[in-house]
Amino acid sequence: MGNRAVEIVVGLFVATGLAALVVLAFRVGNLGSQSDGPNYTVIAYFDNIGGLTVKAPVTLAGVRIGRVTNIDIDKENYRARVELSIQKRIDNLPIDSSAAILTSGLLGAKYVGLEPGAEDSNLKQGSEITLTQSAIVLENLIGQFLYNQADGKKK
Amino acid sequence: MLASLGARLLSFLHRMGCAFVFFLNSLRALLSVFGHFSLLIKQLYAVGVLTLLIILVSGLFVGMVLGFQGYNTLVDFGAESSLGLMVALSLTRELGPVLAALLFAGRAGSALTAEIGLMKATEQLAAMEMMAVDPFEQVIAPRLLAGIIAMPLLAALFTVMGVYGGYLVGVLQLGVDSGVFLSSMQHGVDFYDDIVTGVIKSGVFGVTITWIAVYEGYDAVPTSEGVAKATTRTVVSASLAILGLDYLLTAMMFGGA
Amino acid sequence: MAETVSGDSENFVDLRDLSFCYGSRVIFDHFSLQVPRGKVTVIMGPSGCGKSTLLGFIGGRQRPQSGKVIVNGRQVNGLAKRDLYELRKSMGMMFQNSALLTDLDVFDNVAFPLRTHTDLPATLIRKLVLMKLQQVGLRGARHLLPAELSGGMTRRVALARAVVLDPLMVMYDEPFTGLDPVSMGVIVKLIRELNDSLCMTSVVVTHDVPEGLSIADRVYLLGAGNVVASGDPDYMRTFDHPVVRQFIDGLPDGPVAYHYPAEDYRQELLGRAQP
Repeated sequence: MGNRAVEIVVGLFVATGLAALVVLAFRVGNLGSQSDGPNYTVIAYFDNIGGLTVKAPVTLAGVRIGRVTNIDIDKENYRARVELSIQKRIDNLPIDSSAAILTSGLLGAKYVGLEPGAEDSNLKQGSEITLTQSAIVLENLIGQFLYNQADGKKK
Repeated sequence: MLASLGARLLSFLHRMGCAFVFFLNSLRALLSVFGHFSLLIKQLYAVGVLTLLIILVSGLFVGMVLGFQGYNTLVDFGAESSLGLMVALSLTRELGPVLAALLFAGRAGSALTAEIGLMKATEQLAAMEMMAVDPFEQVIAPRLLAGIIAMPLLAALFTVMGVYGGYLVGVLQLGVDSGVFLSSMQHGVDFYDDIVTGVIKSGVFGVTITWIAVYEGYDAVPTSEGVAKATTRTVVSASLAILGLDYLLTAMMFGGA
Repeated sequence: MAETVSGDSENFVDLRDLSFCYGSRVIFDHFSLQVPRGKVTVIMGPSGCGKSTLLGFIGGRQRPQSGKVIVNGRQVNGLAKRDLYELRKSMGMMFQNSALLTDLDVFDNVAFPLRTHTDLPATLIRKLVLMKLQQVGLRGARHLLPAELSGGMTRRVALARAVVLDPLMVMYDEPFTGLDPVSMGVIVKLIRELNDSLCMTSVVVTHDVPEGLSIADRVYLLGAGNVVASGDPDYMRTFDHPVVRQFIDGLPDGPVAYHYPAEDYRQELLGRAQP
């Protein structure tokens, strides 16, 4: 095989290899869908985040508009401090919007659902979402249910 | 008994030491490769292009098998919608880098050892030295660099073919919805956690395999028997090194999570 | 070549008081040898007496445990790699099995040293290579690969490659072994011709006695870690020393014993049967 032919074949090999890497990154992986463009961060405090993890989606009306970027504990008042990164183009969320930790399906992954409020001013970089609803912890739920049952029987 | 064990340990350490010095020498010679790219191109052809076919075919079949097995397991839990995720994660994290590396060791690694061993046995390396050409620059470094470049590309191709194979079986044959397959995959596979780690793995494997292969060739006893033994040793030690390193790398990169 | 000629200008290679052993086996024991400038020096000796190792010393690929290897006024054992490589450009070497680079054709093999060491334009390299190939009679075979050549042709290509940089000295490691009479004659003629036409120094290591003696200006006979005898070919032909006679005349038994050391034959056959 001539020198030029070898060079062309090698060039083809390297090109397809790189193409495979790109396919891995954007089609198999989530590099494309996760780079949401510019975004801003708001903070929400929860009593209990259940199994929420970093990178979990943040949704509005079921549509993903951002993700959880950081989870920490607030030592002052023993609550979970969750940072939500939201796409910049969704810039009209009222300041009194509420956040809830929800579960997709019965045993699915946890995500944060936003419910818009009614105020005129909007959430900005660093704003705090005050109205939050914690994750539903199954053990607590069952415990409460049993307690109510017992209560009901006594009456 | 104890003495022979000690002697074995010493000779093992001696070989490791020699291999390390050899590696440093090759690294020093790597710079010279940028002087003559044609050597690198030739070696990329030998270790990359010639390994391509076996990588593509194996990747496709491994992916198809994963599709079948994954479906049969997942369908019991009603979770066949996660098939894409399962296939893609197995391939990007483990099977892609590891299987591609094992194939690479068998196809390209053995060929490298045999070629260099033969060059030694026919005094070609000595002849280069006498022509004032450093065999490290002329022979070793281009092969090492070609292996390091080719391995991640081959692993990526293996993985893509595997995902495609899983897609073929899952979607076209077993009737998983194509959108569900793709979205569960894209949703669950993380660029940094899964793909970058896979590429890092295959890069480490590439360095290890080519290092072992060229060293075994360079160190071979210069007879036909010596070259044959060195070739076998390359495949055995490279395969062991891949699996051992895979455990270490997995523990390092996923251990905390 | 901008080599400074210092020290002994009579001898191109001067080996002084070398000692070398492989493990416990002594190969050279306070060994000395001189190669005169511009002559053909033939080093003969039985297999395994270290002839090839000697070429390794001169080329700097192997180092003696003690002693000095001086080539063209420079001490080879002790040179830094860079200087050693510079010195090697003035040496050519033809290996026993020719050591052509298998993935290059004849032309590229001969051009290899020129391409790596000079910045000559391609047209000039072509001319130089064709000249050398013409000298060894293989100008027409330039597109063949080493695998397509016969043994004699391979040697000739190796010879052309060894002299393509116009070295001051060429070393030949067993140039005659395994060749048919015609090819052998060609190689004998070429070594002599090249030496005289290019004013080189030649060192030939061989155990082929008639060919070796026919081209030599000076002959060394090695044995038992040292030089057994040396002199011009005629002197060697008539020198009355048992080792020399055995080697030159090819006698099966003599100072070099026919039998590998063993216990007494009669004893072993007739003695008590051992399991």
